[in-house]
Amino acid sequence: MSFGAHLRFLLSGLLLALALAVAAPAGAQQINPTANSVREQQFLDALKQNPSAELRGRISIPDTRAATLERPAGRDWRTFHQGTMVRIGAVAVLGMLVVLTAFYLFRGRIRIEAGPSGQTITRFNGFERFMHWLTAGCFIILALSGLNVTFGKALLLPLIGPQAFTNLSVAAKWSHNFLAWPFMLGVALMFLVWIKDNIPNLGDLRWFLAGGGLIGKGHAPPARRFNGGQKVVFWAVVLGGAALSVSGIYMLYPSFSGGVLDMQFWNVVHGIVSVLMIAVMLAHIYIGSIGMEGAFDAMGSGEVDLNWAKEHHALWVAEEIEKGRAPGATLQPAE
Amino acid sequence: MARMKFLCDADRCIECNACVTACKNENDVPWGINRRRVVTINDGKPGERSVSMACMHCTDAPCAAVCPVDCFYTTADAVVLHNKDLCIGCGYCFYACPFGAPQYPKLSNFGSRGKMDKCTYCAGGPEADLSPAEFQKYGSNRLAEGKLPLCAEMCSTKALLAGDGEIIAQIYKERVVKRGYGSGAWGWQTAYRETIAI
Repeated sequence: MSFGAHLRFLLSGLLLALALAVAAPAGAQQINPTANSVREQQFLDALKQNPSAELRGRISIPDTRAATLERPAGRDWRTFHQGTMVRIGAVAVLGMLVVLTAFYLFRGRIRIEAGPSGQTITRFNGFERFMHWLTAGCFIILALSGLNVTFGKALLLPLIGPQAFTNLSVAAKWSHNFLAWPFMLGVALMFLVWIKDNIPNLGDLRWFLAGGGLIGKGHAPPARRFNGGQKVVFWAVVLGGAALSVSGIYMLYPSFSGGVLDMQFWNVVHGIVSVLMIAVMLAHIYIGSIGMEGAFDAMGSGEVDLNWAKEHHALWVAEEIEKGRAPGATLQPAE
Repeated sequence: MARMKFLCDADRCIECNACVTACKNENDVPWGINRRRVVTINDGKPGERSVSMACMHCTDAPCAAVCPVDCFYTTADAVVLHNKDLCIGCGYCFYACPFGAPQYPKLSNFGSRGKMDKCTYCAGGPEADLSPAEFQKYGSNRLAEGKLPLCAEMCSTKALLAGDGEIIAQIYKERVVKRGYGSGAWGWQTAYRETIAI
């Protein structure tokens, strides 16, 4: 049974019960034609038990969706979209920016402690960098066009005027709809290619207990290819990306979801997950660029400085040397 | 200024759908779009009632609140209208509306809904009153001609009332007192946060 059919079933029972309840006290005296007709107040009272109920009836036009007479749940969605969503979004995005700024001022740029060695080791090959930037490029546009839906009318509309803002929002909507697909492809590829290096283990726990890469000094527990923090980013992208994909597809294809109530639900999921993911990505962008010396090369040229790699991924470097893929291996000829 | 409202006296509505037809004809509403519809509750059961429903032109309208491009505006007569040149067809007003009023010319996948269309209370849109551009986008502007919405004007049983909220509430009250019953002003509690006390 579809969601709508469930509701219809629920409501018909509800209405029947109401009708009987009202019919009972109508005694003899004069005939009252509305004795058992439904009033709006009864419907609203019944809603107190089931806030997502709709009042449906029969309709003679082909559009069966129009058979819903009243659906006060829209008010709750409005409250969410105009209140909760704005607050969560502002706290997540601005909060993260404040934290990162404070961190930068307090800790400064994390340097390669031993200084650059001049030798490099391949961290990400061309395909890995391609799928990363595919996802990243899409994500930035998806994030900005998505934030525009919630914050645009408050921040951008007063600056550029109604018609320009509409033109921009239309472009944003279309890019959001179409870039969603390469984004999903990118997330799927990253999941397949990187999952083997991202299984959480006890080492990650020790890494976090030692303060991780941000606070901890000396990189106490050496990490393999991805450290605990990077694994968190990986799983945030994979799980968040999956939640965004599922909820997004339901909104792109209204015919997949049962009705407006489902669309409201998926919209709430999409909104909350996306602002949380934007917050995680801000931190990721920070540490991959100005936050840490040598980190950007991993996704830039794909070649990172050997000293950087040893400081952050000692076990991984050792593995690469063993496989003969690191400069350390070629520099130790068996003379 | 008046505070325009709709009131459907469900005890009078005979579900003839003349309001629906009048609306479609007067405003040249395209196929597939119904700005107004008649819903029958408890069909075939004792106490069956029909209610003619369209945009109720809510006080503090949810559609206007959630619109991401702020394309809605409220006229001096408290009629809730929107600007189709600004609408991006996102569907948010349809999510928020308690009456299912917003309509879209296309409801295809991939978010291509087209510009939203809804009841204008026969009050046109932001274009110059009674201009061809206004008619083409929003339909007729009977309010500018000093007339009320055609759906209510054509109602054969005078079940559907349109006009200043105070006046139609008074008419409804008199009816209820005279005949001794009334199933209430449908949608008023939701749209205007008030009902007609009798």
